[in-house]
Amino acid sequence: MKAQLRRLRTNLAYFFREGFKNIFVNGFMSFAAMSVLAACILITGSFTLVAYNIGVMIEDLESQNEIAVYIDDTVPREEAIKLEYQLKKIDNVDTIEFVPKEDAFEDYLEELGDDAYIIEDLREDNPLRDGYKITMKDISLHGETVKEISDIAGVGETISRKDISDKLLQIKNVVNAISMALIALLGAVSLFIVANTVRLALFYRREEIAIMKMVGATNSFIRMPFVVEGTIIGFLSGVVSYYAQYFVYKYITDKLIAGASFIEVVPFDAFSGTLFMTVTFAGVVIGLIGSVFTIQKFMKV
Amino acid sequence: MIKISEVFKTYDNGTKALKGVSLTIEDGEFAFIVGPSGSGKSTIIKLLAAELRPTSGKVNINGYDVGSLHQKEIPYLRRTIGVVFQDFRLIEKKTVYENVAFVMRAVGAPSRVIKKRVPYVLDLVGLLHKQRRYPTELSGGEQQRVAIARALVNNPNVIIADEPTGNLDPARSLELMMLLEKINSLGTTVVVVTHEKELVDQFAKRVIAIDGGMVISDKMGGYYESAAQTSQN
Repeated sequence: MKAQLRRLRTNLAYFFREGFKNIFVNGFMSFAAMSVLAACILITGSFTLVAYNIGVMIEDLESQNEIAVYIDDTVPREEAIKLEYQLKKIDNVDTIEFVPKEDAFEDYLEELGDDAYIIEDLREDNPLRDGYKITMKDISLHGETVKEISDIAGVGETISRKDISDKLLQIKNVVNAISMALIALLGAVSLFIVANTVRLALFYRREEIAIMKMVGATNSFIRMPFVVEGTIIGFLSGVVSYYAQYFVYKYITDKLIAGASFIEVVPFDAFSGTLFMTVTFAGVVIGLIGSVFTIQKFMKV
Repeated sequence: MIKISEVFKTYDNGTKALKGVSLTIEDGEFAFIVGPSGSGKSTIIKLLAAELRPTSGKVNINGYDVGSLHQKEIPYLRRTIGVVFQDFRLIEKKTVYENVAFVMRAVGAPSRVIKKRVPYVLDLVGLLHKQRRYPTELSGGEQQRVAIARALVNNPNVIIADEPTGNLDPARSLELMMLLEKINSLGTTVVVVTHEKELVDQFAKRVIAIDGGMVISDKMGGYYESAAQTSQN
């Protein structure tokens, strides 16, 4: 057991030493691969962050897109308040707020502003109804949710803008589709780059590989340094792209968007941890898959 | 031990390289395999190194049956043999020491064992004083001795030398053969594949002559003798 552990340690040290050596032996190619890979991750990251910001904005708009529910005026106040339990049972209901008709009247007065005196007389004989303001978790279920609300006994009428929900949903889908396509495309490009770098390293060391095979090195032993090489390149690319992303994001938010007050951007710090983990993980995965795939093909001799 | 029985090897292109070869080489033996180019010598080496599998018949080396060997077991078979090539196949950007040490690392030997073993084999081939040199700084004979050290370092049961003197002058060739004889006297089986008659004749060893994919003679003594015997038959 002890001997096995020692052997594992020796081997790991060897794999890393050789992997690093490969990077420097093909220094220029490794550097080029790392730069292009980092650029790919940066571009993907940038689009994802744009999509993320749009997502956040849409979510904000979604929460403003309420369903106004009016209770039948035959239903007494106590019953109207109790309806909240039934409304809460609907899956897609996110927030729910009871609006007594007195409050609704005040809101209305406020809306009218200087013209409020027109209906001031109606205060004692308020024609409005008690109601609820409801927001949804998922606006794609707008229609179903409205139907479920309307089906509850006592609900007189619902008013909402399904067209806005649909529009928002459409924007969201388009943005998502674009970022997905970009991730797929740039992911493929990145894989290709890693594969090429590793292929070059393999080619450069083909003599050594032939000798290693001849003296009885196992295939996995021969492969490992190249996998380590690809993975290290991937990891470093991830780290580089993270810092590049930081500067790009800062630049855009500080210089370009700062003037446009209507656009609210999520601060970098809010997602920096997740971003770092994601880009380095993506780099490592691309490096790993790219090199394993190449070596698998190369070793089938 | 090497035991080849009734082996036929036909390549994909239809070439019949071996047509029923049988031979046994015991542990600790020294044997020459001789024959003209295209006789099937290289095919035998490739079968022994499990680079090829026999079309029919059995190839058994150091307890491994090459015909039925699982792909994963091939490296372990290869650890029991050391191969030396005509063109040395050293890695030019590694020093003599590294060329030898790297094959020990390749089979997962711990560094402390490598540090002891490499100087020992380099000393055995008489090149300890040149361990920091690069292959290109050495003569052909020295390079081949490095290749022998490399073949020896993992302590194989069998050394197979494929035309080891092909690129050497007669004096260096003789030295090299004496080195292989010395290695044999230390207990390692040595199989030398060659077509150099003069060299074979200088050593009174077992000579297996191959021609046309068959063993045409298997005797103690020189190349000429076995060739002469065959022509008489």
